Amino acid sequence: MTNTRRTQLAFALIAALLLMIGFVQSWNVSLGILNLCLISAVMALGVNMQWGYAGLLNVGVMGFAALGGMSAVLVSKAPVAAAWDASWGRLFIAAVFFAATVGVAVLCYRKLAPGRQRSLALTLVIITGLALTRMFLDPAISDIESIEPAKTGFLGGMGLPIIISWAFGGVVAAGIAWCIGKVALGLRADYLAIATLGISEIIIAILKNEDWLTRGVKNVTGLARPVPYEIDLQNTVWFIDLMRWWHSGSLSTMNQPEQQQALKQFVIDGSSIFVKLCYSGLFAGVLIIILLLSIKALNSPWGRMMRAIRDNEIAAGAMGKDVTRRHLEIFILGSAVIGIAGAMLTTLDGQFTPTSYQPLRYTFLIWVMVIVGGSGNNMGSVLGGFLIWLVWIEAEPIGVWLMEAGTSWMDESNALRLHLIENAQHMRLFFMGLVLLLVLRFSPGGILPEVVSKQNH
Amino acid sequence: MEALTDVVNAIVLLLNFVVVPGLSYGSQLALGALGITLVFGILRFANFAHGDTMAFGTMMTILATWWLQSKGINLGPLPTALLALPVGIVASIVLLVVTDKTVYRYYRHNKAIPVTFMIASMGVMFMTNGIVRFVIGPNDQRFLDGERFIIRARDFKTMTGLNEGLSIKLSQGLTIIIAVVLVAMLFWFLQKTRTGKAMRAYSDNEDLALLSGVDPDKVVLVTWIITAILATIAGTLYGLDKSFKPFTYLQLLLPMFAAAIVGGIGNPIGAILGGYVIAFSEVIVTYAYRKVFIYLLPQSLEPEGLLQLLSTDYKFAVSFVILVLVLLVRPTGILRGKVL
Amino acid sequence: MSFLSGENMTGGYGGADILKGCSIDVNEGEIAVIVGPNGAGKSTAMRALLGMLDLKQGTVLFRGKDISQLTPQDRIAEGIAFVPQTNNVFTSMTVYENLEMGAFLRDDDISSTIEQIYELFPILEQKKDQLAGELSGGQRQQVAVGRALMSQPAVLMLDEPTAGVSPIVMDELFDRILEVRQTGVAILMVEQNARQALNIADRGFVLVIGENRHTDTGEALLANPEVRRSFLGG
Repeated sequence: MTNTRRTQLAFALIAALLLMIGFVQSWNVSLGILNLCLISAVMALGVNMQWGYAGLLNVGVMGFAALGGMSAVLVSKAPVAAAWDASWGRLFIAAVFFAATVGVAVLCYRKLAPGRQRSLALTLVIITGLALTRMFLDPAISDIESIEPAKTGFLGGMGLPIIISWAFGGVVAAGIAWCIGKVALGLRADYLAIATLGISEIIIAILKNEDWLTRGVKNVTGLARPVPYEIDLQNTVWFIDLMRWWHSGSLSTMNQPEQQQALKQFVIDGSSIFVKLCYSGLFAGVLIIILLLSIKALNSPWGRMMRAIRDNEIAAGAMGKDVTRRHLEIFILGSAVIGIAGAMLTTLDGQFTPTSYQPLRYTFLIWVMVIVGGSGNNMGSVLGGFLIWLVWIEAEPIGVWLMEAGTSWMDESNALRLHLIENAQHMRLFFMGLVLLLVLRFSPGGILPEVVSKQNH
Repeated sequence: MEALTDVVNAIVLLLNFVVVPGLSYGSQLALGALGITLVFGILRFANFAHGDTMAFGTMMTILATWWLQSKGINLGPLPTALLALPVGIVASIVLLVVTDKTVYRYYRHNKAIPVTFMIASMGVMFMTNGIVRFVIGPNDQRFLDGERFIIRARDFKTMTGLNEGLSIKLSQGLTIIIAVVLVAMLFWFLQKTRTGKAMRAYSDNEDLALLSGVDPDKVVLVTWIITAILATIAGTLYGLDKSFKPFTYLQLLLPMFAAAIVGGIGNPIGAILGGYVIAFSEVIVTYAYRKVFIYLLPQSLEPEGLLQLLSTDYKFAVSFVILVLVLLVRPTGILRGKVL
Repeated sequence: MSFLSGENMTGGYGGADILKGCSIDVNEGEIAVIVGPNGAGKSTAMRALLGMLDLKQGTVLFRGKDISQLTPQDRIAEGIAFVPQTNNVFTSMTVYENLEMGAFLRDDDISSTIEQIYELFPILEQKKDQLAGELSGGQRQQVAVGRALMSQPAVLMLDEPTAGVSPIVMDELFDRILEVRQTGVAILMVEQNARQALNIADRGFVLVIGENRHTDTGEALLANPEVRRSFLGG
């Protein structure tokens, strides 16, 4: 079976599953899953760039996704004027000190000869600089956080349309990836994995604790949407007309009062489906753009060089390729894509909750998607994103159902039965691991393995 | 005289909030890092499933503890969990040996690259985590019983007449004692026994060990068994000291990796050293020194702020920063380990 | 009938065949040396005897028994010892522990064997508690040979034991190897320093691209004008 055929079949299967969920459960559920599938696919594409193209093991996916989420807040929330008024002077001075610290430290590092003296100078510069920064930052922060802590207590954002945050999230993630890459990319694969795992934990810790920036664990809710609200749609004439037209068949069989009642229900149901469809359209657009760019990049001379480096770093280095620099590029690009996906996710949720970022869900699950889908193959990552998300979501009701069915011979109030049913949802972790191991063992290339076209040889 | 009392008070304060917690947390990390470093030394991969091995072993210990408690069996002042430990150890030995036979052995025989092992260990991590949450649920579990304290702060104060109290929890004392005993046993095993020497030889130079007639399957089996013992005990001690929650064990992975690498990965002494370095750095950097300085400085110089370098929430950042510094300055770790 | 022999060995590491019908053998109390230009398959031939590559053709006989199907570990248990060219000591273990590891498969008392090794290489007794990784190149080679002898092998195989050591150390090592021969051990050696090696060799095998070119006593090979011209630099 050729890869194209496999791809078609696999995606037909996904579509069938989504349709089935639509008919059996509800279209709302089905579209909700589809939207997260699309976002997962974008994240998986980002990881695939790093791992599939370049062999970089980024176990900090969660951190970059969270940075994207933070961007959604910083872009879309209205600025809190009172907080700015109270603190801008000190913030400015703190920023200047911070920038100066970094500048002087970099200067020291470059100009002084390596040795004890340089280490001492660097330590001194950093400690004094940070102390000065904090002298102004700390009071500014407490001022900001004391302004209506129950409602705001943070600086707010830029008050721009949230959709801009998708790009902004990519840029922020790319910037942080540059810093991390500069430090960690010289290291071997195992170290990079552990280093990125650590960085993602730190990013989450910052987002949880720096209330002045993101309100921390108080969460930011009520983010503006890039799509209409259901309640507005329900009062819009064209939408009601659209629903009347769509359901004209079933409506025509009813009498007047019934019709009125039914139409109202149709409008309510329709509005939530319509909103989800709007999101699907936006996400699919982003996914398609990134996918096309990825495929183009992978088949360009740059992509071939990247894979050459992955397959034999030493040989590529000996041929004059700047391996570390190429790695940095791809690390930044992949992280940016994850950042975009993270911003999209927070946009969809409509709120930013730092505590919801868990490595199993945001890092390792994405890895399962990439490995199962097929590392090195962009379509594979998209497929992995869809398939694994579907399984992840549907494993829960299926698990509960299986447990209920399996223990139906027991008494209703049997403690074991209740326990099994209550905890059945956790079995999906087990199945994810099982799927990963099975694919890794019996089909290491994934469902859609990497295609190595002849001309590249 | 007053000045002297102030100094003693300051020292007791540091003992209470820095030294004792640092020692017990460091011991827990050291035992965990030992498991990581052994697996790295022998099987040559970074085991992402290690945190969940700890969670699994601890869970089995907790279940056995509950059973013992329900039968009215206990150890008096000592926690019943100590009596239940063998159950947890045996269970996690079974878990690790089964995962080796079903997962890792295939890659070992096919001479797969370390990254493949690492990704496989992620799969094992998922499965183990799933089992743990399925069996015991994702929430906090209490299983500590017996005496809570060796010394209570209040008793210490009345005993010494000082302002500051020193309290040592029984779990902290147990942790330190058990860690010392375990480490001594481990080193005796590695240095003196035939199998221990074979393990060291295999870790040092696999090909030459094979040429000397070392049986790789046996070495690997023993490594998993030791790892299971260390992980279960470390996890149980951590659970007794803090609390048991499956998620926290996943979070311990980072400081444990950091400890192993900082000390020199593949080097058992390094893992222990690294455990204490990481633990003490975390405690020292996140402790608020205000009170200490109030004792030590004249009243006129009394500090205003908390004098805390970093909020406790950033303790991950501490282990990470040390990790990065060591990687940049001395990639083989404090005591030369293998370069990954 | 030779003590250890590989006959008509053909094979490689999966790619092209490195050995093409090559035959090597060694007898008890004899030093046999494999020499030849770079890439001739010298080390490969030795590894083939040890079972470290899959042979397409040919058999390996030891004490008249076909051991072609045995794993390297099993061949070692049969009484063959091997000293690799590089990484041939446990650097993080003491000299004494290195010797102990050499006797890993033995259950009997090893103290007398250790005494013999110390007699052969007195420096090892002085340095017995030092880590092998801290020793000089020549001393390491002695540890490596000592480790191999600890299993009381019937055949000792050495892969370029003098690579990277000074001429003085090389002479000393060859002296020791001659002493080892006296104990009745069969010694098979791959050597770059062909002239010196053939000097102490009872028999020599000159390999060229995986085939036997010349096989004769060491003396005769040294005297052979063709061998001198092509392989010994005149």
